[in-house]
Amino acid sequence: MNVLIKNGHIIDPSLRIDGIGDILIEDGKIKEIRIQNIVPPPPHPLPQREGESLKIPYPSRGEGKGGGKDSGLRTIDATGLLVVPGLIDMHVHLREPGFEHKETIKSGTMAAIKSGFTTVCCMPNTFPVNDQASVTEFIIRKASQEGYCTVYPVGAITKGQRGEELAEIGTMRNEGCIAFSDDGRPVMNSLIMRRALEYSKAFDVPIISHCEDLTLSEDGVINEGIISATLGLKGIPDEAEQIMIFRDILLAELTGGKLHIAHVSTEGSVKLIREAKTKGINVTAETCPHYFSLTEEAVKGYDTNAKVNPPLRTKRDIEAIKEGLKDGTIDIIVTDHAPHHMDEKLREFDMAPFGISGFETALSLSLRLVEEGILSMSQLVKNMTLNPAIILNIPKGTLRQDTDADVTIIDVNREFKVESEKFVSKGKNTPFEGWLLKGCPVLTICKGKIYEW
Amino acid sequence: MNKEDIDRALTRIAHEIVERNKGIEKLCLVGIQSGGVHLAKRLASKIRLIEKKDIPVGSLDIAFYRDDLNIRKDQPIVRRTEVPFEVTDFKIVLVDDVLFTGRSIRAAMDALMDLGRPAAIQLAVLIDRGHRELPIKADCVGKNIPTALSENIEVQLKEEGMEDKVVIEKVGE
Amino acid sequence: MLNKKDLLGIKELSVEEINLILDTAAGFKDVIGRDIKKVPALRGKTAVNLFFEPSTRTRTSFELAAKRLSTDVINFSVPTSSVVKGESLIDTALTVQALGADFVIIRHSSSGVPHLLAKKLKASVINAGDGINEHPTQALLDAFTIKEKKGNIEGLKIAIVGDITHSRVAKSNIYSLIKLGANVRLIGPPTLIPKEMVTLGVEIFHNMEEGLKNVDVLIMLRIQMERQGKGFFPSTEEYARNWGLSLERLSLAKDDAIVMHPGPMNRGIEIVSEIADGPRSVILDQVTNGIAVRMAVMYLLAGVKR
Repeated sequence: MNVLIKNGHIIDPSLRIDGIGDILIEDGKIKEIRIQNIVPPPPHPLPQREGESLKIPYPSRGEGKGGGKDSGLRTIDATGLLVVPGLIDMHVHLREPGFEHKETIKSGTMAAIKSGFTTVCCMPNTFPVNDQASVTEFIIRKASQEGYCTVYPVGAITKGQRGEELAEIGTMRNEGCIAFSDDGRPVMNSLIMRRALEYSKAFDVPIISHCEDLTLSEDGVINEGIISATLGLKGIPDEAEQIMIFRDILLAELTGGKLHIAHVSTEGSVKLIREAKTKGINVTAETCPHYFSLTEEAVKGYDTNAKVNPPLRTKRDIEAIKEGLKDGTIDIIVTDHAPHHMDEKLREFDMAPFGISGFETALSLSLRLVEEGILSMSQLVKNMTLNPAIILNIPKGTLRQDTDADVTIIDVNREFKVESEKFVSKGKNTPFEGWLLKGCPVLTICKGKIYEW
Repeated sequence: MNKEDIDRALTRIAHEIVERNKGIEKLCLVGIQSGGVHLAKRLASKIRLIEKKDIPVGSLDIAFYRDDLNIRKDQPIVRRTEVPFEVTDFKIVLVDDVLFTGRSIRAAMDALMDLGRPAAIQLAVLIDRGHRELPIKADCVGKNIPTALSENIEVQLKEEGMEDKVVIEKVGE
Repeated sequence: MLNKKDLLGIKELSVEEINLILDTAAGFKDVIGRDIKKVPALRGKTAVNLFFEPSTRTRTSFELAAKRLSTDVINFSVPTSSVVKGESLIDTALTVQALGADFVIIRHSSSGVPHLLAKKLKASVINAGDGINEHPTQALLDAFTIKEKKGNIEGLKIAIVGDITHSRVAKSNIYSLIKLGANVRLIGPPTLIPKEMVTLGVEIFHNMEEGLKNVDVLIMLRIQMERQGKGFFPSTEEYARNWGLSLERLSLAKDDAIVMHPGPMNRGIEIVSEIADGPRSVILDQVTNGIAVRMAVMYLLAGVKR
């Protein structure tokens, strides 16, 4: 089936498009974009007729939602809606294999699609760990059979994520891993980290670093400060994150490897990354909506849904992260979607697992940055499409002709109340329960297939 | 009842107590918190005028002995129980402001029994408003005031910063 | 009025509520000094001591408090084996409630567990110590004891000495004594006092001699042996030399200063026997007052309709 999206506000930073126009999708690929005023750049210029919308040779048959014959054309009226390349989330936990009670590739990718993401990268801390090609192969096969969106696996840096021996990065790369990380755990041994940054250069893949000095964060569960002191919970100081970021930046400088810093949460981290970028070191960084939306106050009352690693920090850190997003120090926004079963969160704070089920609030929380004037809409879209595509070197996050038809249509004015019960994800663990949010995807197209709510 | 009525009633009760017990040998007064405590003290000073001798006075809090702890919305405020003398073998005159259902007196008797074994317990009240729910009868009564259940009766005393007065009001007014 | 179902911590109490508990406890102190140490106030109720950590003193104190209110008490001991069996905390608590508990008195090594149970249970939850968060009834009995000995708490100079970071007794005492108007100072090694505590309005001293000058009340904390070798202090001997309470050090405090300790004591480490057993010690008064305060807490919580 072919699709015509009409009259939407199209933003695609990869094509420098920001204007009202139409998109034609044929056979699961982007066929043509027609913008009323702004001309898309070469190599595939559209026939230009200034001020007029594209004339489509097929008559609209006015088919019902989603269904219909393959040969038909469905017209989607996107008047008043934002039309952007399918969003990329390069840091998620799909939990399969091994923790299917928390999430599966099927449920996780469905939640991703509902949340506007057409491409996700799943972290390797499954059981077994994705530290060898057979696990990579399983994830990719499962995702192609049951998944709703495109899944790129992230392989483990070290065998078993134990931080001792490099995993078979090259083999996993050939099988489909697009980046490597021991996420959930840092690579504590500096020599191993050095080797990883060096070795990965041969395959041109980024090393995603979970920055945490475990000897300093020892058993900590929330940010260190007056809140941890008065709740009687063990704190994790900012320095546990910053020490490792600084080490990894130095190692990136030493090796020339491609370093990507995961889930930046502190003011000091933003500063370190900014300085490194100024020096021309090959480092990129991400943050998550909760690190610019919530402070450590959220854990008051021992809400385990606000227990996340790195921990929620302070107002100052939020301001610094917003500044980092604004000036490009932080390149992308990811969810770090970390679903857990209800029973696992409903227990002693010390023993509850870290993580937030992030998909279904991510876009709305990120749109607040635009509302606050921190990012332009086009910058936000870039953070969630083009930037991760460049870091990962994948042909996604663009509306370029003949690429996969991944499109997200967003109603920036639609308001809704966060109700975890209605989450598509199996993980209902959100600290945003009951929040009133504005702006959400209303229709997601992944490789030409339409999903709408 | 006004100030003078209350004073006259207390004077009479003081005489009755002394007469009934043929003096104040082995006799003491125990007021029930909080209104009864003030009345017990006033009775003690009147008895002193009659007998030219001091009579021991104590105060008794009955909060722990109430039978409505399971059905009340709020727990009653706990006040001090001060009975600075041996109860055992004494004749004790319990003093309260208003005798109504008799439940407070039942609680007070239980509370006293936990302090020791009195030779006898008597009861003196300023007002008896009827509607007894337990087989309890006062030995000395200041005034019988028949009331409806829908009415509230309140003894206001100068010890609590008010003018001596007995007020009857409709509930909810 | 104590308009609460649970007693989770001093943090959650207002000054009025603290005073109400202390005033009510005075009534119960009379009761437990009598021949018949029992009142029928909470007849027919059931309290469950749900202790996930070993404790003799606090558990016994709660048990006696309940019994003197005519409440039945069950000690639901939770040996580590049942944790190994995998029963979740919530399931254990629901089981206890299903047994008919009106009060669940909980001690647990994880901070916040009473708060979690309070949300899940209809019974009144009383925190008997959670992790390194709070031990509210200990702070209440300490406040009661200070009031009893000193008349008033407002304006007193009170030193809390020892491992503040890991002491729930210290935390609860800090909150209550500040609310009641005392000048609170914390004394101990920098590794055992969170520096952020100053924002609560306390003073921090790392030098024992300086800190003890002119104080009215000393609350000595138990040094937990397992902290040794974790880098908080090099040895208990060194700790004792620097922060242990000796007679010379006590002489720096006011002449009528009282010495408190929540027990159990490490004699010769945080406190010498001459002081623990001496005339300034009110350590045994604390134990007696604990029963009265816990009776008051149970009595007041029982009044809230569920």
